[in-house]
Amino acid sequence: MLKQNMNQKQLLQWINEVSFAVNDILLYLDTHPDDTDALAFFDYYNNERKKALETYSAEFTPLTLDYVHENCHWYWVTDPWPWEGGMC
Amino acid sequence: MAKFIISQYGGPDGEIAASLRYLSQRYSMPYREVAGLLTDLGTEEMAHFEMIATIVHQLTRNLTPEEIKESGFGDYYIDHTTGIWPQAAGGVPFNACQFQVKGDPITDLVEDMAAEQKARSTYDNILHMVKDPDVADPIRFLRQREIVHFQRFGEALRLVQEKLDSKNFYACNPAFDKNCGCK
Repeated sequence: MLKQNMNQKQLLQWINEVSFAVNDILLYLDTHPDDTDALAFFDYYNNERKKALETYSAEFTPLTLDYVHENCHWYWVTDPWPWEGGMC
Repeated sequence: MAKFIISQYGGPDGEIAASLRYLSQRYSMPYREVAGLLTDLGTEEMAHFEMIATIVHQLTRNLTPEEIKESGFGDYYIDHTTGIWPQAAGGVPFNACQFQVKGDPITDLVEDMAAEQKARSTYDNILHMVKDPDVADPIRFLRQREIVHFQRFGEALRLVQEKLDSKNFYACNPAFDKNCGCK
């Protein structure tokens, strides 16, 4: 789970884990839209993902445009791309 | 190694073909759950072709002309330097003829299930050739996703068949023939 004082790598790893959980349950829900356990699973991990993305943006850099809060520099374009080690 | 892996970018069973296949098939898919699945799988495949392109880029970005000559990457280099271009392992360019959008739910879903298995076989073949763990681990992850997708498409096919006249699934095309054979 999301912990205080995670370093950038740990937080990114957590975001990758919860994002994968969200993506995988999303496909399951497409073919099982009334499965309440799956809906609860989606809700939990989707919230964890949002919290982690917000924390990552505040402490390091935005990973998606929804979490951009810039007012003096557009980090979106100057931070590394995934294939350059940005790993977003 | 990069020449094997680029096949899952622009090859006949690659991720671009998968993504375009599913994202294009969804418009003529009359059932919400299945159109949603095609949307979400088509989107996931876009992330996968970015992963494949990233692996190829990371394997080739620092190659010297001597290394290119020795590794068998020379044919590709002549045409594309170390840029990323969608082609199969054998150099055949990406082509929309590598997939089909038939506009018939059963036909399209059976194609999709076959596509997931063909991609899984290609990943198996790559894993027989590639032992570097930095490359094999993400390839193994992508291979596992093909199996999950095959499962979801199987469920989608069941959903479609349940909505049709079970005595004859092929009495009509529910994407085209109005009020025909549907429960």
